[in-house]
Amino acid sequence: MSIDQSKIRNFCIIAHIDHGKSTLADRIIERTGTLTSREMQAQVLDNMDLERERGITIKSQAVRIIYKAKDGEEYIFNLIDTPGHVDFNYEVSRSLAACDGAILVVDAAQGVEAQTLANVYLALDHDLDVMPVINKIDLPSARPDEVIEEIEDVIGIEASDAPRISAKTGLNIDEVLEQIVTKIPAPTGDANAPLKALIFDAIYDSYKGVIVFCRIMEGSVKVGTKIRMMATGAEDLVTEVGYFGAGQFIPCDELSAGMVGYIAASIKNVRDTQVGDTVTEVDNPCAEPLPGYKKVNPMVYCGMYPADSAKYPDLRDALEKLQINDAALQYEPETSLALGFGFRCGFLGLLHLEIIQERLEREFNLDLVTTAPGVIYKVYKTNGEMIELTNPSNLPDPSEIDYMEEPFVSAEIMVTSEYVGAIMKLCQERRGVYISMDYIEETRAVLKYDLPLNEIIYDFFDALKSRSRGYASFDYELKGYVRSELVKLDILINKEMVDALSFIVFKESAYERGRKMCERLKEEIPRHLFEIPIQASVGGKVIARETVKALRKDVLAKCYGGDISRKKKLLEKQKEGKKRMRQIGTVEIPQEAFMSVLKLDED
Amino acid sequence: MKYLELYIHTPFCVRKCEYCDFLSFAADSRTQAQYIHALLEEIRFYGACMREYQVSTIYIGGGTPSWLDAELIVSVMDTVYRSFSVTEDAEISIECNPGTVTAAKLAAYRRAGINRLSIGLQSCNNEELKLLGRIHTYEQFLKTYELARNAGFTNINVDLMSGLPYQTADRFADTLQQIIRLKPEHVSAYTLIIEKGTPFYEKYKFDAVKQEAGMKTDILPTEDEAYRIYKLTQHVLKKAGYGQYEISNYAKPGYACRHNIGYWTRDNYLGVGLGAASMIENVRYANTRDIYAYIENCRKLCILPQKAFFEEDSPLLRQAEGDWFGSNLHVSTDILSRNAQIEEFMFLGLRMTEGVTRADFERNFGMPVEAVYREVIEGLKREQLLLSAEGRISLTERGMDLANYCMAKFLF
Repeated sequence: MSIDQSKIRNFCIIAHIDHGKSTLADRIIERTGTLTSREMQAQVLDNMDLERERGITIKSQAVRIIYKAKDGEEYIFNLIDTPGHVDFNYEVSRSLAACDGAILVVDAAQGVEAQTLANVYLALDHDLDVMPVINKIDLPSARPDEVIEEIEDVIGIEASDAPRISAKTGLNIDEVLEQIVTKIPAPTGDANAPLKALIFDAIYDSYKGVIVFCRIMEGSVKVGTKIRMMATGAEDLVTEVGYFGAGQFIPCDELSAGMVGYIAASIKNVRDTQVGDTVTEVDNPCAEPLPGYKKVNPMVYCGMYPADSAKYPDLRDALEKLQINDAALQYEPETSLALGFGFRCGFLGLLHLEIIQERLEREFNLDLVTTAPGVIYKVYKTNGEMIELTNPSNLPDPSEIDYMEEPFVSAEIMVTSEYVGAIMKLCQERRGVYISMDYIEETRAVLKYDLPLNEIIYDFFDALKSRSRGYASFDYELKGYVRSELVKLDILINKEMVDALSFIVFKESAYERGRKMCERLKEEIPRHLFEIPIQASVGGKVIARETVKALRKDVLAKCYGGDISRKKKLLEKQKEGKKRMRQIGTVEIPQEAFMSVLKLDED
Repeated sequence: MKYLELYIHTPFCVRKCEYCDFLSFAADSRTQAQYIHALLEEIRFYGACMREYQVSTIYIGGGTPSWLDAELIVSVMDTVYRSFSVTEDAEISIECNPGTVTAAKLAAYRRAGINRLSIGLQSCNNEELKLLGRIHTYEQFLKTYELARNAGFTNINVDLMSGLPYQTADRFADTLQQIIRLKPEHVSAYTLIIEKGTPFYEKYKFDAVKQEAGMKTDILPTEDEAYRIYKLTQHVLKKAGYGQYEISNYAKPGYACRHNIGYWTRDNYLGVGLGAASMIENVRYANTRDIYAYIENCRKLCILPQKAFFEEDSPLLRQAEGDWFGSNLHVSTDILSRNAQIEEFMFLGLRMTEGVTRADFERNFGMPVEAVYREVIEGLKREQLLLSAEGRISLTERGMDLANYCMAKFLF
């Protein structure tokens, strides 16, 4: 059975965060009858609990929709949802490569934002036809005419006939569907050529093994085809192919050029399927893989430890499973004196880190202790050797270090003019190097700064939002390494150094960070029966100190008879608190303390 | 024959105090009469179901039971005697607040067999009383105390409260000195807790957090001062001949409150009245806190089967199964597992200065206490918070100061 390519449309939706991408996807799915509205749970595509809660798309998802157009023909729409955060640029790029066109959703009130631009450029890079849609026109503050002008001026794409819709209410969705047919090109690609398919996502299923989501560029694949992953070299027999219903897999006989679907091939080793890799047929391979595959490199590292050390194997298995559809996640075992056995994990950014942490806790029911995130530093030793440092504990003795380098990013911040001053101040506080400022229109400027990555991984995004009342948006890419004065800040609790609390910091910020760290730990560490000094030190010299006072009284004198259940609840709370503690020497430290360096700038 | 402690709740007060989060409120006399009528139904019902138990202590608490007409209290006691078998030497207490008590009421209580009076004073300082929102002065308390002695009460408790806003150890020492001159048989000295939902919470919640964290406070005593007050209370009362038998309770020899001790030794107790909690044969449950639901459901009690508690289909078994004949009288049921019983045995028992005995533990649970708690006991001994000798396990003085810390360790 072959499907007429001219009746297929493969597209994605791109948007700035909160501009309504997922809502539009929901509406399209609902309108085309893939799901009845009764079956619809808001935001069908974001099917991880976490995604729904945070209102963001973490992993790409795909769905196949049948649409009967006004020309009387039935079309197959393959909607590929892309992640919407700067941390996931690589995944976005792979999803885009699987599409032929993109719907650009722009908020009728907010207009073009930095990420809108970044995503459009990414889409244009992949030769996608971009079809703008103006969303949220039901908002009182909507200004669709201006926004259309903005799209034409700032982005430079035709937008005069862009559908003006409200994804929330369903207004004008039909117009979007018609334009998908007329404006988004049908796929091309020779169905008789050797198999060439792009992996844009993969998940692990405990029955079927690894299921890869792919776009067939050329050729075809069916059950029994012997396939090879061109980058990893893994080979296996296809056990099932199919396409995506809403929230379910629907097997079919064959996937051919132009189609989007999934392949299951009893692949057990999760590392064998990498997003961006090309699938081909072993007996009739294509000449060369699709361009663009790269092994993504993490930018942020932290230690992850099971709260209960017996759960170490569980954590390892969980990381392995998550890695399968998250090529960017890296991990290797490490040991901490304070925390025992765990993993040093690498992430694309802090959001990525938080998401993995939450998924480990929710989906795998693990209780984790996470250490302060850091970046990769390059340490040049006096003996000419260079090491890439991901764990502060491995910093060589200062006498062996010639100099160190830290990663810088080129950041683009789009902000309305009244907040330019505040944002420039923020960038300076974070050791930013001013590059340029351009007004893209009267009231909006794009600021370019070079910033040390370690200054933005903690809370830069939050600070940006709060200082611009939410109006600033931000995008960055790694620029390179720059020589810098860096020191290791150690924390001593009750005179014992806690390796898991050490971090690398810019020399001039060490005192300030150390002081705040001690203050924060003083709040986090519960009072013990004895006094506990908390010290910050650099190179063996104490630079800050706080003390947790000894506990003298801890008694609930009021307790009438009937109150016994309540009394027990209170004790249980106290006890429950203890469970989340780590014993360092004689001191019990709550697990949250290990993340507390993250919150140093909250006041 | 098994023993039972009976608690009777009367939720009515002239006015709610600023710090109070107990189930109490003002109500008109019609509601009061309806309530007491329902209460009598409940007492009759349980009396019929619990014939194999003998009541050894009774405690009428509130609210302000002494605010009610004496006849209502008399009718309650009368119904108790008709419904239950009460031991000859039963300790029968009633709570009363100064300003609501008359000689006639006290005489009626005596005639009804009540032999112990618990007077809610809280402070001898009129400014503090006003701050607490109490309806009475210290002078009114003195009058009440005199009336009580004249009425023949020879077992009187005075409730005191420390840790009040602006309080210092010196000021609380004045209150203590005035009380010991009156020589009540029993003193309860509770520490003020700032509870959610009270006017005090709105006023002092931030201070309460600071106090708990050991930080400087604005109005409430600092943690150090509260500690001094607690130690001072122990010291002054001890010197005056009052033994501390529980964290907040002090008594002249032979006058420790038996009803109170029953809670810590996990005796069976039956709570009747609005919101009252019970623990019978290791099942804990509580009555509804909704007075209309209470009155409504008590009316239906007379049609329920009056069976002994562990007979088939008996009220208690039905209760344990969560289906109480369609009645909403009870709002929570907790069947204590063996582990929960062991935990309770320890953390309740250790509230008492005497602590628990190894023999009691073995009798209850069929194994030595060390089999369960060896490490906990050794750990607390090392920290000098616990004594374990002569078949007894108890907290040291410092252990009492840190009672929550110690008790939490006994939870599984």
